[in-house]
Amino acid sequence: MSPSHLFKTEQPAQRVFSWQDIAVLAGLAALIYGLARIALGAPEVVEGPTISLQLRAIPFYATLSVLRMLTAYVLSLLFTLVYGRFAASSAWGERLLIPLLDVLQSVPILSFLPVVMLSLSAFLSENVAAELASVVLIFTSQVWNMTFAWYQSLKTTPADLREANAIFRFNGWMRFKTLELPFGSISLIWNSMMSWAGGWFFLIAAETFTVGQKDFSLPGLGSYLYTAAEMGDMRALFWGLAALVMIIVALDQFIWRPLLAWAERFKLQMVASDEPPTSWFYDFISSTRLSGWLNERVIGRGLERLDQAMLRRFPVKDKPPREDATLRRALGYLLGIVILALLAVLVVRAGRTLLAVPLSEWREIAVGLLATLLRVAVAMALALAWTIPVGVAIGSNPRLARWLQPLVQITASVPATALFPVILLFMATLPGGLNLAAILLMLLGTQWYLLFNIIAGASTIPQDLKYTTALLRIDRWAKWRTLILPALFSYIITGAITANGGAWNASIVAEHLSFGDKTIYLLGIGGLITKATADGNYPLLFAATFSMVLAVVLINRLLWRPLYRQAEEKYRLD
Amino acid sequence: MEHQVSTQEPLVELKQITQSYSSGPRLFTAIQDVDLVLREGEFVCLLGPSGCGKSTLLRVIAGLQRPTSGQVLYRGQPLQGVNPHATIVFQTFALFPWLTVQENVEVALKARGAPPKLRATRSVDLLDRVGLDGFETAYPRELSGGMRQKVGFARAMAVEPELLCLDEPFSALDPLSAEALRGELIELWTSGSIPTKAVLMVTHSIEEAVFMADRVIVMDKGPGRVVADMAIDMPYPRQRKLNKFMQTVDRVYATLAGRTDPEHVELGVPPGEPGRTRVLPHIDISDLTGLLEHLDELQDNRADIFRLADSLKIGSDTLLSLTEAAELLGFALVAEGDITLTPLGETFAEASIRGRKEIFATRVRRLPIFRWLTAMLRATEKQQLEWEVVKMALSLEFPPDEAERQLDIIIDWGRYAEILAYDDDGELLYLEPGQGERPS
Repeated sequence: MSPSHLFKTEQPAQRVFSWQDIAVLAGLAALIYGLARIALGAPEVVEGPTISLQLRAIPFYATLSVLRMLTAYVLSLLFTLVYGRFAASSAWGERLLIPLLDVLQSVPILSFLPVVMLSLSAFLSENVAAELASVVLIFTSQVWNMTFAWYQSLKTTPADLREANAIFRFNGWMRFKTLELPFGSISLIWNSMMSWAGGWFFLIAAETFTVGQKDFSLPGLGSYLYTAAEMGDMRALFWGLAALVMIIVALDQFIWRPLLAWAERFKLQMVASDEPPTSWFYDFISSTRLSGWLNERVIGRGLERLDQAMLRRFPVKDKPPREDATLRRALGYLLGIVILALLAVLVVRAGRTLLAVPLSEWREIAVGLLATLLRVAVAMALALAWTIPVGVAIGSNPRLARWLQPLVQITASVPATALFPVILLFMATLPGGLNLAAILLMLLGTQWYLLFNIIAGASTIPQDLKYTTALLRIDRWAKWRTLILPALFSYIITGAITANGGAWNASIVAEHLSFGDKTIYLLGIGGLITKATADGNYPLLFAATFSMVLAVVLINRLLWRPLYRQAEEKYRLD
Repeated sequence: MEHQVSTQEPLVELKQITQSYSSGPRLFTAIQDVDLVLREGEFVCLLGPSGCGKSTLLRVIAGLQRPTSGQVLYRGQPLQGVNPHATIVFQTFALFPWLTVQENVEVALKARGAPPKLRATRSVDLLDRVGLDGFETAYPRELSGGMRQKVGFARAMAVEPELLCLDEPFSALDPLSAEALRGELIELWTSGSIPTKAVLMVTHSIEEAVFMADRVIVMDKGPGRVVADMAIDMPYPRQRKLNKFMQTVDRVYATLAGRTDPEHVELGVPPGEPGRTRVLPHIDISDLTGLLEHLDELQDNRADIFRLADSLKIGSDTLLSLTEAAELLGFALVAEGDITLTPLGETFAEASIRGRKEIFATRVRRLPIFRWLTAMLRATEKQQLEWEVVKMALSLEFPPDEAERQLDIIIDWGRYAEILAYDDDGELLYLEPGQGERPS
């Protein structure tokens, strides 16, 4: 199975907008408004840490960065398991939680960075605020796809295995351990990998977030790179980037690959697959005696004890809980009403604040949205222009794929935000350089999604269709039109949906540039948001952030989802 | 055909079991008013065409599903939740692919709180008994279908159930393994070496039921209900070639096929009108023509239905759908387990492709569901309707899955008859040109 299948989150086949969406958007408005309100108390000047550019400091900074990622990831995992279970096992959960997830995962998370930073620094010390904000942001960038994947795997556990669970009287723990976790493990691992890749992007952005007088940067690899670029210290820059690549490769080789190789056993299919994922490290570990001993004595016994304890503690109840739930239901309603009331108050206030934003600023927002939209469109067009031919070449040529794929994967895993200082270094002097740099950053953030999807799509074009076109002597352009592009269509759309979100995200970091105390803002919604942050113009910050969220959700619903549906229905190869 | 009253104690009693579910405003009945008693020492088969609710009934008895109304008694006590004394052997085996053969058996014991040592000895012993010794550490994917099902049996017996439920346990196996496993199961059961008190097996194969059970409960669909309860009084192991065996199979076929009603009942009413809309059998039209051609070559154009299954190498389920379609379209008559070609069926079998299509078209136009659809299409401006719209209309009559299946069948038959056309891209149904003006 190619990873892109696992990455594909199903687009619900509902109407373009439902009442749940409106509710979710209203909730988001309330949230952003609330944060912006809190942000009012943020200090005027925020001092950043001093970053040492000595090479010896790299391991320390790298450790800090990895720890932040790890914290956010553990939170994401816990959230995923709980939220997914709720959504999958209750009717109201499904009706409310899933549309919420659907909107949240299309929201450009980075647009929240300024409000979150400011609001946290209003009542926490700058350091703690920045740390917390970075973890929260990484969490929000990692969690949605994992939760979606887990929810989907819970919903698709085979009915016969679920029945076997019931008839053999498994309790909740046994069901989780023998059925749900193994069944969901592969997609959970792939999605974790994707989350980590996405997380780096946000971590670096969060570590280097500086606008005007407010320097929210954190000690870490990201700020190391940023400072090195600013100081023009090429040696530090090189080694910093090398360290980042090394961490990413090491995680891949020592954690994700072994996990994937190990998880191969959890594939549901009853036949062995042709090319199972392999890992030299996994083979090495599992061939050692120590691992055998650990497995049998420690893990095996520990699990056995845990199982026994869980079975004793939570025996299967034969009688389904009856109508004693009225009290609980009443409490639930009460809680719901309180939350709704709170939400309503915030929404009303948010609305009032939006109304208070002067018309000139609304014009700025509209112009900014258009400008950013233009940049995103250019970046997407550039990305498509090179990824389609290259992706098709790699995907339809297994030999080329075998040695290019790992290379591409490593290149792709370097977060674009880490490269941004370097790009700026070279581009700032060119005419219109900042604009070019912004587009380049968007391109760097988006092209990989497209490339991977196109490679996956090209490798699924059936050989017999290729033979047919060859036999029919169809010329090159006609072959692209009748075979390759239709076959790739759904893959391109899937990639483009993610890429589009990534490009909007990038605008937050791409559309401003700080030189010491001076900051240049590009015309664009991202630039507007950061400018509002620097100036402490909270109504504008709120209005701009919400407008951007709304714009991206609208683009998703009105452009991408219909295209996706068409791709699913019309251009399927099976 | 009444089953002789057994003196044994009743194990399971079903009282007026009805299972229905709502879809939108409509209520659909999967099983209606089923009364049934299973006694100790019985091997009972639930037999019927697909959609008759036999698997649902098995799940109700096992406690996996709560009936909409009615009562399930186990040893005289009302059943609460899953029946702890029952296990199921599944059609799809339902083995955990990530556990070894032995772990698959052990996990069932573990859930009941058995300590590790006991689990190991018991599962090894059981695997030994079903002939899987040496395969303990294999994974299910390394085994053939027959061996996987043996693991399923070992796992089910590991928990020493009083009631062993088998949900079409042999239908996913190749014929040879299925036959071998049937014999082994009968041997385990008749030798009394397992603590099982009763066996309940769901199957759609008539021969299998007659081969294994000492009592066959025949069910029919629309709505699912019990239509016959027959005792099979033959010693084990049974011989398929014996006259008595074949007569019994014939008798069951006669009960299941050709339950012909008067024509207005048989054809049903158009959707949306009071009364029952006829469910079209799901068949492959080329199979139907194949069957008719085969009958045309036979003497008297007549055949014993159960022999047909053998000579055409198709399952009884498929065969019964085909005979149902042949009868519905007036190509054949079914009576007492025999099928006879009508003169129309004979003409059809001997006609050219064009001729066949024309005959098929005239027969299909008689069906109320087609009359309803063509009338509806004619009433529209462009003589076309969206697939979704027609499905919605059918959903008032059938459950959602069935509505979709029925629409697929209508499109299939309509396309063959060249009455209807369907555009998959636009998901549009429309009348073939020339069909618009013609009166029905």
